[in-house]
Amino acid sequence: MLEVRDLHASINGSPILKGIDLTIKKGEIHAIMGPNGSGKSTLAKVLAGHPAYEVTKGQVLYEGKNLLEMAPDERAREGVFMAFQYPIEVPGVSNAQFLRLAYNEKRKHLGEEELDPLEFKDLLKERAKIVEMDASFMTRSVNEGFSGGEKKRNEILQMAVLEPKLAILDETDSGLDIDALRIVAGGVNHLHNSENAVVLVTHYQRLLNYIVPHYVHVLAGGRIAREGGKELALELEEKGYDWITSSVTGSGSSAVSVI
Amino acid sequence: MVSQIVKEENQYQAAFRQLQQRTTASDVAWFGRLRESAMDRFEQLGFPSVKEEEWKYTNVAPITKLTFDPALPAIDVDSLATSTELARFGYPEAQTSQLVFVNGALRSNLSSLAGVPAGVVAIDLVEAIADAKYGELIREQLARSADYNANAFTALNTACVSSGAFILIRKGTELESPLHLNFVSDPSAPNSVSFPRVLIISEENSRATVIESYAGTNDAAYFTNAVVEIVLKDGARLEHYKVQRESVEAYHVATTSADLGPNSSYDSTTINFGARLSRHDIHVKMAHEGAECWVDGLYVVSSDQHTDTHSVIDHQQPHCTSHQLYKGILDGKSRAVFNGKIFVRHGAQKTDAMQTNKNLLLSDEARVDTKPQLEILADDVKCAHGAAVGQLEEDELFYLETRGIHPELAKNLLTYGFAEEVIGKIKVDSIREQLDEAVLNRINARLEA
Ligand SMILES: Nc1ncnc2c1ncn2[C@@H]1O[C@H](COP(=O)(O)OP(=O)(O)OP(=O)(O)O)[C@@H](O)[C@H]1O
Ligand SMILES: [Mg+2]
Repeated sequence: MLEVRDLHASINGSPILKGIDLTIKKGEIHAIMGPNGSGKSTLAKVLAGHPAYEVTKGQVLYEGKNLLEMAPDERAREGVFMAFQYPIEVPGVSNAQFLRLAYNEKRKHLGEEELDPLEFKDLLKERAKIVEMDASFMTRSVNEGFSGGEKKRNEILQMAVLEPKLAILDETDSGLDIDALRIVAGGVNHLHNSENAVVLVTHYQRLLNYIVPHYVHVLAGGRIAREGGKELALELEEKGYDWITSSVTGSGSSAVSVI
Repeated sequence: MVSQIVKEENQYQAAFRQLQQRTTASDVAWFGRLRESAMDRFEQLGFPSVKEEEWKYTNVAPITKLTFDPALPAIDVDSLATSTELARFGYPEAQTSQLVFVNGALRSNLSSLAGVPAGVVAIDLVEAIADAKYGELIREQLARSADYNANAFTALNTACVSSGAFILIRKGTELESPLHLNFVSDPSAPNSVSFPRVLIISEENSRATVIESYAGTNDAAYFTNAVVEIVLKDGARLEHYKVQRESVEAYHVATTSADLGPNSSYDSTTINFGARLSRHDIHVKMAHEGAECWVDGLYVVSSDQHTDTHSVIDHQQPHCTSHQLYKGILDGKSRAVFNGKIFVRHGAQKTDAMQTNKNLLLSDEARVDTKPQLEILADDVKCAHGAAVGQLEEDELFYLETRGIHPELAKNLLTYGFAEEVIGKIKVDSIREQLDEAVLNRINARLEA
């Protein structure tokens, strides 16, 4: 589904990603971990197409197509979704309006009939159940005045409505209380199937107890410093990142291809 | 240039003389004298120039150059507009509570007051002046709040009043439906001028909503010079919507002046969409304790439109509260001016005043001059003000795009959201819907749900 090869990216001239290789197949769940500032969000945003980042080297294939040539909205309509680490507030536009618009843009793209407000209301009601979100959030402006945890939950509601093929969730677990974490993780598990893939960017093993990854990648200094199965996350929880970041210094190319 | 302006002023004077001869209400001596004295003042002041601080950014030369037909909005000449043509300027909530004015003159055959309760007087201003029941009351209040000595356009309007509305909401009366003052310009002759004049008196503990709207039947150039005076007595509540959707070639200069009584509440929202050049002076005087006002507005302009708002909120007595939120959306080469003064006079303790002006620039060529001003002479007050001019945020656009929304639509959506903060507070559904649609049309997006 996704092939990232030797990806280099910089922002304002400073290189952040320094050669990322990553292969994701449908049906898989990947976790990306790593210290603060290692480039996890940068990778997520580059994959989503944020205009501030410049890809200086490497390539990304998504379902065989050159992802980097596609505009952000095109990527989204093709099934790429990123849940933001810091979701943006959109004052004056209700959650329901926004979701219907996004949903219909995708339907149009797929050559399907758009849903009218009433039809969409039913769909939204059903999807909101997945993340146990109250109807009152639908008439409120997108993320405006939402608590940190509510914003994160709202990101997963968007995922539930848009049903992406590739979902990259950037620290969706941060800021969630214990119950919310369980609900959101349950929602992601519910949405995950053999036809799509999920990438979880997280700092905490706890999330991975709920959503069990097939692979864990550790980013350090803009490179993938270590990869493994779900046990790697447990090891990190125990030992921290020091042993990885120190071992990566000096070694030229450290990327290991998965599978 | 100067001689040109003088020539134009003479034209207004000639028109004024004609009018003095024609109107019956001039028979009322005080009214005749008021107009004479306002005309004198207009001649002294002349049209303002950009050298004057209050007119620094707004050049009214195009108005002075208009060679308008001095046959002032003739009361006896029927306009071509029919009621069906005019229907699109009405609001369903006010279908049986509207006064329709064509070129400044009240047209009772197009108006309907069936839904207006007893306890409300809504009649032609000039007729009311001649009516013994109201003459004295009007004499007390007319041209008292809107000072024609300070503003040439107010002077010109006062001198040229030939029709208008007198609204009296009697003690304790509560209006369920909004009262709509529907000013339509039907410039069958090019460069026509109208002088709408309104006096609203809300008596003790009354409650009402008044919509004041301006529109043109076609795209011709015309000039609207309006003055609205509002007097709120003890405990009166008035919701006031001014919707300016003049034709894109029109000139619109208006003054709104409100005097707030003790514990009264004045909630105004001004929408400026139309006109090539518009200037609105809004003045709220809080000379009694416990009054509260909202002086909000939205201007949406594009191409070469120019819109100017000068607002004064004058806290003269303690325990008054004012809220002000003005937002602007500018596209093309348009230009906006916002000048908002808040005065807190000596002894006006416990004043609570909040003022915000936010502008969204959709083009590099648009320009805003914003100047919020606070002048505080009392020491126990809570005041805040701020102004912002910005463009759409890259991160906000990106967020919408990552949900599959096309960049153009994303821009429109954010622009719509920006306007919503003002439009959303409007309590008359059809105005809100009309404005939603107007904003969406302007930005070419569609939203429901
Ligand atoms: N505009 C910018 N200019 C320069 N450096 C930037 C800019 N934006 C981000 N960076 C840097 O890029 C690096 C990677 O940031 P990124 O947000 O990808 O880290 P992260 O791994 O997601 O961290 P966290 O765990 O804290 O979320 C950081 O060192 C950050 O300071
Ligand atoms: Mg991050």
